[in-house]
Amino acid sequence: MARPHSVRHQRGFTFIALMCFFLLYLPMATMVVFAFNAGSTVGQLDGFSLRWFRTALANDQIIEALLRSLTIAPIAAFFATVAATMAALATTRTAPYRGMALKVAFINQPLMVPEIVTAVALLVVFSRVKVWTGYTGLGYIIAAHTAFCIPFAFLPIRARLETMDLSLETAAADLYARPWSVFRRITLPLLWPGILAGFMLAFVVSLDDVVITEFIKSAGQETLPTYMLGQLRRNVTPEMNAISTLFLAVSVIVVSLFFLLSRKKT
Amino acid sequence: MFSALPAIEVRDVVKSFGDARALDGVSVRIKENEFFTLLGPSGCGKTTLLRLIAGFDYPTSGEICLHGKDIAGMPPFARPVNTVFQNYALFPHMTVAQNIGFGLEMQGKPRSEIAARVDQMLALVRMETLRSRRTSQLSGGQQQRVALARALAPQPRVLLLDEPLSALDYKLRKEMQGELKRLQTETGITFIFVTHDQEEALTMSDRIAVMSGGRILQVGNPRDIYDNPQERFVADFIGEVNFLAGQVIGIDGRTARVRLAAGGEVVAGLPEGATPVGRATVIVRPEHAELRGPTEQADLRGRLEQVVYFGTDTHLHVRLADQSEFVLRQQNSPRGTADLQPGAEVAIAFKPGAARVLKD
Ligand SMILES: Nc1ncnc2c1ncn2[C@@H]1O[C@H](COP(=O)(O)OP(=O)(O)O)[C@@H](O)[C@H]1O
Ligand SMILES: [Mg+2]
Repeated sequence: MARPHSVRHQRGFTFIALMCFFLLYLPMATMVVFAFNAGSTVGQLDGFSLRWFRTALANDQIIEALLRSLTIAPIAAFFATVAATMAALATTRTAPYRGMALKVAFINQPLMVPEIVTAVALLVVFSRVKVWTGYTGLGYIIAAHTAFCIPFAFLPIRARLETMDLSLETAAADLYARPWSVFRRITLPLLWPGILAGFMLAFVVSLDDVVITEFIKSAGQETLPTYMLGQLRRNVTPEMNAISTLFLAVSVIVVSLFFLLSRKKT
Repeated sequence: MFSALPAIEVRDVVKSFGDARALDGVSVRIKENEFFTLLGPSGCGKTTLLRLIAGFDYPTSGEICLHGKDIAGMPPFARPVNTVFQNYALFPHMTVAQNIGFGLEMQGKPRSEIAARVDQMLALVRMETLRSRRTSQLSGGQQQRVALARALAPQPRVLLLDEPLSALDYKLRKEMQGELKRLQTETGITFIFVTHDQEEALTMSDRIAVMSGGRILQVGNPRDIYDNPQERFVADFIGEVNFLAGQVIGIDGRTARVRLAAGGEVVAGLPEGATPVGRATVIVRPEHAELRGPTEQADLRGRLEQVVYFGTDTHLHVRLADQSEFVLRQQNSPRGTADLQPGAEVAIAFKPGAARVLKD
């Protein structure tokens, strides 16, 4: 073969690739198709209809859970992104020092520890705090989401910082910019795509969380995913397909928007 | 106004990175309005010295004074010193004009003044038509000009240039050498210019400091550095040179009589502040020696081994009695010296003042 070696010419590559695509997208496609199903059984197509979307959007519990999710996610993502930005700056804008790898490992800890462990630990602590303070609001969920979203926000921000030329900041300082001006005029604008990506990732991860939320939520604090889980335990209704399809549409839109935004920046 | 005081004075500066000394006791005075060059091979500490003057790093010990005032602890944004970086470090998210105006903006200058000064700078580096461009859309030479304009715009007392021309191709480099010299004369700002290119240093500088291994070996004007190198490293690093081993047999004022290992005796100039005894090395530049016939009065004798034609001149390689090699350079003329054949017995005469004794 005259062409340079490429993984595409590996025997079986195409087959494996196709398998992956099918496993990933076939279930989603099925779900979307059934969301538009007129019938009320999952398993038999009875023509096109929007009735399940109407049913879902008329369901007060669903709307309430959705609004709660949309309150928690942006707040948690915001705090996580701020913390992650500071952590990323602190681990890239200094000479390497002893214990820096350990710090990075600490920041990334939620990625390593099984979520169920964190959930149980938080349940134990928060149930005490609830008794002591009497406060039972959304703060617990927001705090927990902030914590486990930090590594997701941290990764793209740090990646961006690592590719950034340090001499730009030096040059700004040379041109009479004080440290805060250097950050605001040079570091932040150049870091912006990374911060945006970090925020989006944190937002999606928070929106999607079931395990930790399920453990620490107080009565009547269903988020959309925990509500859906509760419903599915009873019976699978096409309503769930409709909500999931909406979820999918929203995330596709968010990701596309981000992609366009970040391309314009660079 | 400040002519009595040096623009920059570096006193006994040491900079250590762990166990390694990047600067090992550097002292130098750089005068107001001077085009001063730090010349030395890669890794000799040139960038480190510039970074200390700019304030990006602090000396382990020693003092750095700007017009007589110690600035060793002053942060970079407080120093009236600007830098042209080796990789230019232009802000990619700003236009050419915004880049040039950045320093003035940070100094809190009024908008109208910034605009006027940016225009002036754009004219100075001949970039008026590209003011609204992004810096990523510029060629290497244009980026170089923007970096210069950006560093000059706040009218610093001292401009530091870290190998600013090394990324440019030969032709552009020649052009920018002239441009830099012109800018320095027009602005009257003290330039501290870093290069590892000896030709660049010789053609552009008022004075040169030759560095090696974290030390400054010699400071002087280009002629002085080229004609009177004090140490082996300086002689070898700048231009080409013949080293002749010998024995000092007499001193007369600022000259010494040296018996050469290759035979014969020469009178050679002494280095400043040193009177060597015993073994010594004499240097002669290839173009400071002339070929003579075998019967004529001469300083050295040997056998011609190789004749290499270089267009403007011809290099003659002569094997001496002690088996060392001596290279002469002869200017070519239309009527060439056709009778030079390898194997011929030849004599070499030094031009007056050509032979010098080294310190080491
Ligand atoms: N930040 C640093 N940490 C450790 N060593 C350094 C650092 N900066 C420079 N050095 C060392 O100091 C010496 C001088 O470096 P530098 O000033 O960059 O040389 P030059 O600019 O003349 O090529 C080199 O040996 C280099 O490895
Ligand atoms: Mg350097």
